[in-house]
Amino acid sequence: MNESQEPALRVTDLRTYFPVRSKGLFPKTVGQVKAVDGVSFSVQPGQTLGLVGESGCGKSTTGRSVLRLIERTSGRIEFDGLDVTEMSSREMVPIRRKAAMIFQDPYNALNPRHTVGAIIGAPFAVQGVKPPGGVRKAVQELMERVGLNPEHYNRYPAEFSGGQRQRIGIARAVALKPKFIVCDEPVSALDVSIQAQVINLLRDLQDDFGIAYLFIAHDLAVVRQIAHHVAVMYLGQVMELATREDLYSRPLHPYTHALLSAIPIPDPRAQRQREHIMLSGDLPSPAAPPSGCVFHTRCFQAQDICAVEKPEIIEFEPGHKVACHFPIVEFLGTAPITGLDPGLTKQTGAAGEDRGSNDLIREIGTDYGAAPNTPIDPGPAIWR
Amino acid sequence: MAGKANSQRAFLEVSDLSVQFPTEDGIVRAVDGVSFAIERGKTLAIVGESGSGKSVTAQAVMGLINKRNADVSGEVFFDGEDLVAMPEEGLRKLRGNKMAMIFQDPMSSLHPFYRIGDQLTEAVNAHEKVSKASARDRAIEMLHKVGIPAPAKRFDDYPHQFSGGMRQRVMIAMALINSPSLLIADEPTTALDVTVQAQIIELISQLQREFDTAVILITHDLGIVADVADEVAVMYGARVVESGSVDDIFYHPQMPYTLGLLASIPRLNQVPGDRLDPIPGNPPSPLRLPTGCVFNPRCVYQDRVTGDVCQTQRPALEDVGAGHQVRCHLPATERQAVADLTLNLLGRPSR
Repeated sequence: MNESQEPALRVTDLRTYFPVRSKGLFPKTVGQVKAVDGVSFSVQPGQTLGLVGESGCGKSTTGRSVLRLIERTSGRIEFDGLDVTEMSSREMVPIRRKAAMIFQDPYNALNPRHTVGAIIGAPFAVQGVKPPGGVRKAVQELMERVGLNPEHYNRYPAEFSGGQRQRIGIARAVALKPKFIVCDEPVSALDVSIQAQVINLLRDLQDDFGIAYLFIAHDLAVVRQIAHHVAVMYLGQVMELATREDLYSRPLHPYTHALLSAIPIPDPRAQRQREHIMLSGDLPSPAAPPSGCVFHTRCFQAQDICAVEKPEIIEFEPGHKVACHFPIVEFLGTAPITGLDPGLTKQTGAAGEDRGSNDLIREIGTDYGAAPNTPIDPGPAIWR
Repeated sequence: MAGKANSQRAFLEVSDLSVQFPTEDGIVRAVDGVSFAIERGKTLAIVGESGSGKSVTAQAVMGLINKRNADVSGEVFFDGEDLVAMPEEGLRKLRGNKMAMIFQDPMSSLHPFYRIGDQLTEAVNAHEKVSKASARDRAIEMLHKVGIPAPAKRFDDYPHQFSGGMRQRVMIAMALINSPSLLIADEPTTALDVTVQAQIIELISQLQREFDTAVILITHDLGIVADVADEVAVMYGARVVESGSVDDIFYHPQMPYTLGLLASIPRLNQVPGDRLDPIPGNPPSPLRLPTGCVFNPRCVYQDRVTGDVCQTQRPALEDVGAGHQVRCHLPATERQAVADLTLNLLGRPSR
């Protein structure tokens, strides 16, 4: 990464709170949902930052706040070194030429009554850009570039499959050659065989035009194939931020371990040998987040301090940030999902305060924090 | 197949099942000659992309296809009885009792106006004469089994008071309350987060062991298939294109579509950031299924077949090993060669 260059996007201590209003004729603000609560990261030109987490963790709100589609509560947003945080919507117009968005649902992101040509040509019209050779020619070149048949210029979105519709959305996003695109779950609505096509297309466009992506996704396996850096979010906060290599081979945060462990791998023998870190319970409500570390209610490493004191995000190793009182360092050099030594795992039916004494769900992995010097059999390195 | 003694039949045996919907635009062949079998305590995964016919297959097995809107043909023998020929009254006695289904979307599968407890006891009362108190006890016990905290208290809650994962647990409790011997789970975790997905998959497996249930798991996620399936049927364009044991499908796949699926998912031995290998093209519309082999417009290996049989002749499901069947025109040697290409790519050379 070229650190001397201005990042394409720099976000500092971003907070986006939504008011919770009481019901009735004269609603009063009675609380706040801290959808994004103090998030900082940067994306270098031509690189991809993967933003991962479960639903409700604030990753989409982050993406929309960054583009000023949702008004943030506090924090600073810079594009190419230019502070856009306080810009009026009129001042934002030229900025929007440089920053675009690709949406998750290719069925709802396109106006069903507009032709494909009108949809992809809209950015030219809105920004008053007159491409050499005319808009129609530019749009048809874009269609060709993203793998659509330019002759389908006058067709409507309903005539295209899901994967083709996502290509239309991508063509619209890259129409004005932006420097930066927020991709909000761009492949999660697509079939497996189509996902790979769209990911390859996004990477080719990045290579050709030097676009920086903020790639929002819940699928860690997909992010591994496209992101240079990865930030893991939980309840509005970044838990861990690292290079792809570090995050997948040496994760520090217990939540990252749990997320990686929860993805079933498409290899039956390896999958049978893996031990799983099973998190108890569901995501707490972001309207009433837990005290201290927001993850402590589901964490297998949690101790008393975690419920009291919020861990600040620190640079644990060069380029590898984590917000945790007890980061998992004893796995250094191995991937967590390569199979914990069975001797170190135990059944803990009682853990997890929001569950009854439930003997059907097995929980594993609570004990290894107590024995930091125990050598652990790394097993086959699966995610490295 | 007809006239076969029940003792020779598998617990659930589906043969030559077809479902067609006549529409204004023409006949939609949603399921076209699908056959599979499953024994108690085993899990069959039906894998395929959207529109491949996997969900309609499941609905046809459950007798949920309205025969006024669709033509259902073939046989579905469940514990010795043919469900296709069975009148609605008989099916209703089986559904929710000996066979049950979990749907993809826990948000819309529970009635929002009724309490969880009432919806659960309704499932008990529909099939058995039991007292109100004992139905309640059974519902609470089941909620406890699926991991709902304080089940006696939650019994009187409404669906909106539960999170997505908890609602899916309630759905599972409802499906399993009469200890069914066949459970069909249609994308049971697609709407859930990965950490909750892991809990739900584990829960289904444990309940399956406890009740010795046959499970049909419909999914597009090959990771989940690798995790829980014993047998796998790969569907494409309304047909089963390959079926076999989970090891057959993952370590000895033969059909080019299966190979393409395995190659297109992010791989474990892949250098992070390496390009993926997608299947070219798009899945076919069920209104206009290609002639010949349904996969031929997207198949990269059809030049290895002489003549135009791929375009003109429908390949038969052919035995290639014990319980392993493939629908493909490639000659056996070529099939092995293309399989080896993919397996090398996956870093799993065949034995």
